[in-house]
Amino acid sequence: MLAFIAKRLVVAFCVCVTVSAISFALMFLSGDPAIAIAGAGGRAQDAEAIRIAYGFDRPLIVQYLDWVGSALTGDLGQSIYFNIPVSEIIGNRISVTMWLGVLSFLLALVVAVPLGIAAALRPNGWIDRIALVLAVTGQAIPSFWLGLMAIVVFGVWYGWVPISGAKTWQGFILPVIVLSYYAMPAMMRITRSGMIDVLATDYVRAARAKGLPMRVVIFRHALRNAVLPLVSLAAVQLGLLLSGSIVIESVFALNGLGRLAWESLLRSDLPVVQAIILILSLLYVALTTFADILNAVLDPRLRGAN
Amino acid sequence: MTYLPSKRIMSSIAALAACTILSTGTPVLADKADNTLNVAFAAEPEPLDTYKIAGRQGLILARHIYDGLLYKDLDTNEIVPALAESWEFTGPLTMEFNLRKGVKFHNGADFTADDVVTTLNTVITPEYGTRYSISVDWIESVEKLDDYKVSINMSKPFAGAVEMLADALPMYPHEFFEENGSSGMASTPIGTGPYKLVSQEPGIRYELERFDDHYEGSPKAGATIDKIVVRTIPEMNTQYAELMSGDLDWIWRIPPDQADRLEGRVQIVSAPIMRIGYVGFAPESLGGDSPIADKRVRQALIHATNRQAIVDAFAGGASKVLNTPCNPAQFGCDQDVVSYDYNPEKARELLAEAGYEDGFELEMVFAAMPRSTAEAIAADLANVGVSLILNEQQYSAGIGQWRAKELPAFFSNWGSYGIGDAVFILSNFFGGGADDLVQDKQVADWLAVADTSSDRDVRAENYSLAVKKIADEAYWMPMYNFNVNYGMSNDLDFTPHPDEFARWWMASWK
Repeated sequence: MLAFIAKRLVVAFCVCVTVSAISFALMFLSGDPAIAIAGAGGRAQDAEAIRIAYGFDRPLIVQYLDWVGSALTGDLGQSIYFNIPVSEIIGNRISVTMWLGVLSFLLALVVAVPLGIAAALRPNGWIDRIALVLAVTGQAIPSFWLGLMAIVVFGVWYGWVPISGAKTWQGFILPVIVLSYYAMPAMMRITRSGMIDVLATDYVRAARAKGLPMRVVIFRHALRNAVLPLVSLAAVQLGLLLSGSIVIESVFALNGLGRLAWESLLRSDLPVVQAIILILSLLYVALTTFADILNAVLDPRLRGAN
Repeated sequence: MTYLPSKRIMSSIAALAACTILSTGTPVLADKADNTLNVAFAAEPEPLDTYKIAGRQGLILARHIYDGLLYKDLDTNEIVPALAESWEFTGPLTMEFNLRKGVKFHNGADFTADDVVTTLNTVITPEYGTRYSISVDWIESVEKLDDYKVSINMSKPFAGAVEMLADALPMYPHEFFEENGSSGMASTPIGTGPYKLVSQEPGIRYELERFDDHYEGSPKAGATIDKIVVRTIPEMNTQYAELMSGDLDWIWRIPPDQADRLEGRVQIVSAPIMRIGYVGFAPESLGGDSPIADKRVRQALIHATNRQAIVDAFAGGASKVLNTPCNPAQFGCDQDVVSYDYNPEKARELLAEAGYEDGFELEMVFAAMPRSTAEAIAADLANVGVSLILNEQQYSAGIGQWRAKELPAFFSNWGSYGIGDAVFILSNFFGGGADDLVQDKQVADWLAVADTSSDRDVRAENYSLAVKKIADEAYWMPMYNFNVNYGMSNDLDFTPHPDEFARWWMASWK
């Protein structure tokens, strides 16, 4: 198990280095950061001054190594746009994204798993049909549209919840529901298909034949096996929710990490972009590693395989 | 970031969402009762040290907090006293200012000559990193003559100097500024302005309160609204919802089609602004070896483009087709120039004359302009056999290629920092610098005279010569002046200005 974890950590480190190097190079491919920082009214001499002030005139590799050097000592640098330490900005914004991501994930999970199990027990029954409709609409409706509709109905018409902003906890109600509805279908479908497969296996039939109560068969024997692919998927989904909620954050004016990343990209605020990419790739790696370990715990067969 | 649908799909579905939002209910009466103005921007304001701000959002907030030595009254186009009571040129490169007495900063400090000297002498140093060098690079040094008298020594003649001093260069309290620098001003902005900042979450939310000790005789005096709350709401549809539900009183930059739908439910005002759209032609590009180097080709391209139709379809509101490479509202922008009407027949003739009767391919990058307008130009040019290869880029990438002389044509816009003087646009593109891919020596010389003379007539005459020649030679295809749609609560009385600086201190409830 220790060797397994150690191997995973090495891979994780390589992933982070690769991701940060590629993203660093891409930022420069997408246009001269000095001109972007100078803004739409910037003249050539303004861009030149910025190029020198921020060291963009140095070779790319030197700039990258310089950044890596300070990042390793925990110094993520100064934001070019906000002129304050990157860690401070990210500290201000990360909690919104974490709350949004984790709450949406939990809500999606709480709906997806029971619904998937219920659907699997009677394939093509009415619960299965309803679940299918929910899943398809959840996948098909763009979440920003759903977000706007939710705003119209619950914010404007009924006035039950604030329309936007994260000033109060009520501000999170709509975005969490909308975001979880985006994440739910895949988890629900994978629970369902996993359960259907497992329910058809011999050992489940044997358990039933033994006369075990249905509850025990489902939760102790079937679910434990059916849940393995769900764990892997859920880790990726959580990563997606944490890193990819730009649209929802925009619609509901929640100033989280996703929006910060997007805006920083547009204004070529390299230190912020690099830091967010580093944090998100670390997060992704941590989540998938955790999922692998969890799977290994759940299924002894996987331990040997690794 | 995998989670971002394509822009086109997004905008069409957003339009659908907008329809739904716009077809709901009537707005609730809002913030009149607690005398609070709630406004939203789609983009995040920058840290509130004016000298480092590029975006309009941050500058608007800053102008409520800080004051300059002078102020420009846009109704009369006069420069009026602000923190300086009077001023005069005492030499060709020296200005003297008598400062107003009894002015207080938000922290209680008195405004004196030390504040002017410290502020300006700090921001002109290269290490300070003032965002736009054009705003301060004409200042050599500032001297204190006595507690309420200073002189500014100019490093070069600059006709925009007085315009710059009119609210674009704010005065900071010298003790605080010396101690805390730029980041201190950003985290604790202290000015003499009509509003003081009481709290901020940078980039997210700002609360301003009326400063009741704002000095008497200020051109910004007379604010009636107690409190202003500014939020960042990136999604325009969300802004509409908040505006209609009464949670917002003021939003801006509403696209024309959506402004039409909002009309009648909330107050919609369209106002022209300094920013103009243009297609720059670069005879110097590609080693001077492109069809665009031929004057007849450039003229043909303008004749072939139905600019009026483009304005009607995509700009709307207060926008008009332009014939000059500057805004008619700017000083020096003579309108008595050659104009090119929409005439495809003439365009074909000119192309044939230039030896391009079979047409040619031409690359045009567009940046910060709607795709629809670029496509409309391409369709018009296709009519006369010119096939335009369109390429949308961010402004930084586009202008980079332009400066590298890789682009024969570049379609973008220029805001002149919102200032009504041609000095802030013409020399940048025709004065011989890096953005000038025309390199017409004669034009550059005229502009040099106009930019530096302190005689208004001399300036006007030389700008006029330059503008006329640029039109004759068809170096640019000027498109149209922009307009901004403001969406406001029906109770709000607000007058927009062409410099795009919202003056909420002039706003009131009806």
